[in-house]
Amino acid sequence: MKAKQKFTLDIWGLITLGIIGVYLLFLLYPMAHLMKQSVYDPQTGQFSMENFIKFFSKSYYLNTLLNSFKVSLSATFLSILIGTPLAYLFSAYKIRGKSMLNILIIIASMSAPFIGAYSWILLLGRSGVITVFFRKLGIVLPDIYGFSGIVLVMSLQLFPLVFLYVRGALANIDNSLLEAANNLGCSGLKCFFKVVIPLIMPTLLAAGLLVFMRAFADFGTPMLIGEGYRTFPVVLYTEFVNEVKGNDGFAAAIAIIAIIITTFVFLVQKYISNKHSFEISALHPMVEKEPKKAQKFLIHLYAYLVVSIAILPQVYVTYTSFKNTSGKIFVPGYSLRSYETAFSKLGASIQNTIIIPLLALIIVVLLAVLIAYLAVRRRNALTNTVDILSMVPYIVPGTVLGIALLSSFNRRPLLLSGTMLIMVIALVIRRLPYTIRSSVAILLQIPLSIEEAAISLGASKMKTFFQVTVPMMAAGIISGAILSWITMISELSTAVILYTGRTKTLTVAVFTEVLRGNYGVAAALSSILTVLTVISLLVFNKINAGREISL
Amino acid sequence: MSKILIRHAVKKYGDHTVIPDLNLEIKDGELFTLLGPSGCGKTTLLRMIAGFNSIEGGDIYFNDIRINDLDPSKRNIGMVFQNYAIFPHMSVYDNVAFGLKNRKMEPKKIQELTEQYLELMQIAEYASRMPNQLSGGQQQRIALARALVISPDVLLMDEPLSNLDAKLRLEMRSVIRHTQKEVGITTVYVTHDQEEAMAISDTIAVMKEGVIQQVGTAKEIYQRPKNLFVASFIGRTNILPAKVEENALLFPSGYRVELGSGQQMENQEVQCSIRPEEFVISKQGDEGIHGVVREYSYLGPNTHYAVETVDGVTVEIIEESSMEDELKPGQKVLLQVKKERINIFDRTGRRNLVRSEAHEG
Repeated sequence: MKAKQKFTLDIWGLITLGIIGVYLLFLLYPMAHLMKQSVYDPQTGQFSMENFIKFFSKSYYLNTLLNSFKVSLSATFLSILIGTPLAYLFSAYKIRGKSMLNILIIIASMSAPFIGAYSWILLLGRSGVITVFFRKLGIVLPDIYGFSGIVLVMSLQLFPLVFLYVRGALANIDNSLLEAANNLGCSGLKCFFKVVIPLIMPTLLAAGLLVFMRAFADFGTPMLIGEGYRTFPVVLYTEFVNEVKGNDGFAAAIAIIAIIITTFVFLVQKYISNKHSFEISALHPMVEKEPKKAQKFLIHLYAYLVVSIAILPQVYVTYTSFKNTSGKIFVPGYSLRSYETAFSKLGASIQNTIIIPLLALIIVVLLAVLIAYLAVRRRNALTNTVDILSMVPYIVPGTVLGIALLSSFNRRPLLLSGTMLIMVIALVIRRLPYTIRSSVAILLQIPLSIEEAAISLGASKMKTFFQVTVPMMAAGIISGAILSWITMISELSTAVILYTGRTKTLTVAVFTEVLRGNYGVAAALSSILTVLTVISLLVFNKINAGREISL
Repeated sequence: MSKILIRHAVKKYGDHTVIPDLNLEIKDGELFTLLGPSGCGKTTLLRMIAGFNSIEGGDIYFNDIRINDLDPSKRNIGMVFQNYAIFPHMSVYDNVAFGLKNRKMEPKKIQELTEQYLELMQIAEYASRMPNQLSGGQQQRIALARALVISPDVLLMDEPLSNLDAKLRLEMRSVIRHTQKEVGITTVYVTHDQEEAMAISDTIAVMKEGVIQQVGTAKEIYQRPKNLFVASFIGRTNILPAKVEENALLFPSGYRVELGSGQQMENQEVQCSIRPEEFVISKQGDEGIHGVVREYSYLGPNTHYAVETVDGVTVEIIEESSMEDELKPGQKVLLQVKKERINIFDRTGRRNLVRSEAHEG
């Protein structure tokens, strides 16, 4: 009996209005501004579709769109193809060193994607170690640049998301369902395709959407490894950043097209997954079996091979960070010189990487908890608006949001460009949807009657919220916050638009150093980033003892 | 201490009316049970009294004070929830003291009262434990102590025993009954379990589809149900069609029962509610409904029979067990009714035609 309530102007009503105000200013206004820019001709001051016509009439631009689709779809399918079996093997069988593999997979997924791209160039690029090694043997490896390289890096980067999602879904499949299937004569692979896959279909669709969105919006990977193969975010970035030939109106038009596409994909996914949605929860979760001899070997081979390839880029980058460099090239011998340079030149970026995400995190957690509470416990027309608004950033690629914010807040009285604040705002807006979803999930598990008990015992609404609801949500909120934190410190696509010399973050520093060819410094910086990530993950595991990670 | 008065209460969800027009008077200090199948509106009504559901029409009074628009935290109500709603992040002691702290009582008084009620519910030894270390029955005791310690005007209980296993349920039933009498607090108790309702209540209101069907003591609603719904919802019963002719009950098979001078009924088609123990079963005789035993089960004090009558209806019969052999399946028998005890309803089942004191008034 969950009826919609009427809006009342109590304390929660005020909070609702406040949050709507924040979204109006920092999300809707920039988006509207972007839209205006895209159809506004600065010379004549009139409405014009010129930018859109330019985009769709030149095959150069249209091709980038096609390229983006090809890359994102391929990466999505490959990620599902790698991640799903791996997750199933992890849930169904005993595997040696499973918990370590688990952590490695998470670390692989948590690093900034372009670091993977850059590392694969070091490994498989024209003068990469592996390429050179095989060339000496007389074998010429296929070219890593362009389409195949982008898909390789994205798939390896994003399959862990599928893995984690599917692991979560499999934990909710009751073992008795599989036993019933076996009992009815359906076992092994047949059972996997006939029973397991349909059961986790909603999760696969959700994971697929997430992977597609990330791949579609990924800017760093195609920028580094794409070379002539240009995708959407790259064109968007170059059009916007290019100060000589660049055209803000045209960049805005590309951004609008990007949003239309992601919205479309989002709606299609929603439509399909609504048809497949059902609730499952396991009384008796799946039991891990001891695999038979031959099986055992194959399972271990698959698991270890996938995980090693996934983690290889980071290991190799960390390794090169200790190598000596001379100018821009690595030379024999090892030292900490890259680190020295990194700290002396770019120490501020390490500080920024702590301060900016930390500020954003505090705001995100506070807003997410409030919004989740409004969406779950105070359903009315206005809180529904908040709920829908909060999902908008999900479909806005990071580069687009960066551009929108920058072009909206570069004049008085709203002069924020170049400040740390605008970077904090960008992170908050981008990360909110995820934190809200996880907070909603936590809140749904807390029975309403607990709050009613507090109220009937004379506690006020705010007192109930802070003394009863929040403490019960705390564990979930903290673990969600750590995950948000990890994603924030490795964020690139918005930061690369918004940063200035003073607000440069680690990821941006790595990115610019890679572009300049300072591979040693870049490696040192990204190793520092990896260490930060690993420490955060260890803290997460400590707090979350035993519980599964979910994004 | 309060009496509760509900006048023309209406509850709607959008266009859907859950409670059309409900009137009740709950006496000071009694344990009043709302009994009905799930979805009948009993919990909705309880939550209207508590203030968690809005009231779309009518009035609710505690004594003479109208509480319709009073915030739930100001109604001075003790509430025990189906899932107990114990705060999992607070110790047993803090759970019980929570309401007192909200009332800004002085610390010494809080401690004194909390300890007194922990003692009353026999959970003093667990005071410093966290709730998840305790059993369902113990959590139930915390919930009761927490609700009672604030000296509420009214105690509301929403299916408090439904999460307990059968044995604990019996134990907690008597704990609740005993505590309620000792504290003497007006209590509204919601359940769908008619046996629980009969065991615990001073007064029972049977509800169906948002309408009170009958209010009375356990004995009244069992022996003289106001309509066919109440008759079949409370306890088990057999419904047999019959006719009234010249103040006698005539069954299709020809069995005729004189109603006697105490009853005056017009000639009409009726439905008889005959409880399993209101049949007399015999192997031979010349009056009664003929039938054949189909099944029997021996349950110690009683023996249950399923008998198929010549009219093709299978009826359930309970007899006190005797030392003799039970009637075996296939045995032909003759059924008579205890005419003073059975209930006769009009054809629609809405009205009990049997005159009794329970219905006057």
